[in-house]
Amino acid sequence: MDWFPLWNSLRIAAISSFFVFFTGIAAAYYVARLPRVIKGVLDVVLTLPLVLPPTVVGYLLLLVLGPRRVVGAWFLELFGFKLVMTWWSAIFATSVVIFPLMYRTARGAFEAFDETLSHAGKTLGLSNSYIFWRIRMPCCRQGILAGAVLAFARALGEYGATSMIAGYTPGKTATISTTVYQLWRTNQEQEALTWVLINMAISAVVLLAVNMLERRQRTPQRKERGHGSHR
Amino acid sequence: MALIVDLEKRLGDFHLQASFRVEHEALALLGASGCGKSVTLKCIAGILRPDAGHIELDGTVLFDSAAKIDLPPQQRRVGYLFQNYALFPHMTVAQNVRAALRHCPRQERRQTAQQLMEIFHLTGLEGHYPAQLSGGQQQRVALVRILAAKPSAILLDEPFSALDACLKYQLELELEAILEDFGGSVLYVSHDRGEVQRHCRRLAVIDNGLVGRVTTLPSLLAHPVTVAEARMAGCRNFTACTIHAGMLKAPAWGLNFPCSKADGTYTLGLPDGAVAPGDILQGQVERSMADDVTATTLLRLSTGETLLLSLPLTQCPSVGSTFSFTPRLEAMLLLPSP
Repeated sequence: MDWFPLWNSLRIAAISSFFVFFTGIAAAYYVARLPRVIKGVLDVVLTLPLVLPPTVVGYLLLLVLGPRRVVGAWFLELFGFKLVMTWWSAIFATSVVIFPLMYRTARGAFEAFDETLSHAGKTLGLSNSYIFWRIRMPCCRQGILAGAVLAFARALGEYGATSMIAGYTPGKTATISTTVYQLWRTNQEQEALTWVLINMAISAVVLLAVNMLERRQRTPQRKERGHGSHR
Repeated sequence: MALIVDLEKRLGDFHLQASFRVEHEALALLGASGCGKSVTLKCIAGILRPDAGHIELDGTVLFDSAAKIDLPPQQRRVGYLFQNYALFPHMTVAQNVRAALRHCPRQERRQTAQQLMEIFHLTGLEGHYPAQLSGGQQQRVALVRILAAKPSAILLDEPFSALDACLKYQLELELEAILEDFGGSVLYVSHDRGEVQRHCRRLAVIDNGLVGRVTTLPSLLAHPVTVAEARMAGCRNFTACTIHAGMLKAPAWGLNFPCSKADGTYTLGLPDGAVAPGDILQGQVERSMADDVTATTLLRLSTGETLLLSLPLTQCPSVGSTFSFTPRLEAMLLLPSP
């Protein structure tokens, strides 16, 4: 059996999750600080890929990255290669599709953060970056991790936008999801079922991880570590 | 050397005007919740930016709208005890204290934190997380953390509001000792007159965003000069009145009596101490709540207005009966209309 689709799916999901982890957190942090109107508009724009059909996202991406479109043509001329129909083209597609998941969960976590902790840090003379990395992020850790895992799971299952922008070339751009479709289309039911089961197993593990993270978020972390409260 | 505050801040309909000076003493801002106490503290600490004004601490200008000075909170050296103490929940007691020692060289932090925690009886709790501490212990950690940052002034926001009454006195005694040692300017915000009396010699009443004169509690109790001060002094009944040609008229209470004050519109206050035997005012007792010494009584006058009076248990009338009294004119408060 050719394991390439699994490897390809995992690297696409890992790389796009890595990008989205930082961009999503940064967007969540800065959007929350913007004036209300701009915040509302940006929030819609950044969340849109969540509700759009992935094929629409793929179409929009092709409009920008296609070899005869603005960015795509410029890239082709400058570096001599196309942005579409390669394995890493799928990174663009999955990143756009999973961005809203990371952005929204991180924003939810930031909004639940008690701002007085940041105020206290400032009056104690702590730098803004210390407050962000050592106070805000650890306090929002569970929510942010849950968002990252969810985004990774969604990236693993991305089909629509990926198939449009990276296509299906066995051994080159094939992912689990595009392989399942291709195998089913060519009547290779047995092989298709194998990949379906692999995909379900990975997704189940990931969702289990999300549930565990969310449960830990609901019960304050400090109670677990200690020996009960001394109230 | 003092904390000099003169600021103005609008937040929606709310308008804060605060102007006062805190020497190296504990000054109290006394007022009901929502009257702007916390906003004042946040402006001083640099968490909120005033619209205009000047804030100065021991000779350093923290904020000046005209000179465009606005120091970040990190450089203001103002310690802030938050109502919920704002301990970092993911750090242990020792880590919380050490976080505030980042101005010290790294190798000294651990030892300095240890010393501070010994002085303030926190040994044994170093490894605990804030959620494992009692309210009183949390407050002590928060205070130690503030002192570790070596502030020039300390702001206390309702320090005892989150504590059980039985714990409160013990902690008040501890706080009193800490404040005495501190020696700098302390601004103490509270709605509790008793607390303020125990910790601060001087105070100002804050009402709906306006900080009144700085005075002492005995003088506030004896001669309140505004409705807000009178309310803090315990007076609960106010009505509009006019003085014209030597006669004071308070129609809502059906009162008319000669008065030598200048003509105009005033607010008349009736404190409990002004209730004397007689029959000038009569009302029906609608409700009454007794404690050990007094009964808080809701009286409905024939004009339809109600009065809330604390009467000694001995003369406490039963619900439904009529109670009459004569207000002692010299104990009534004639205050400017708000």
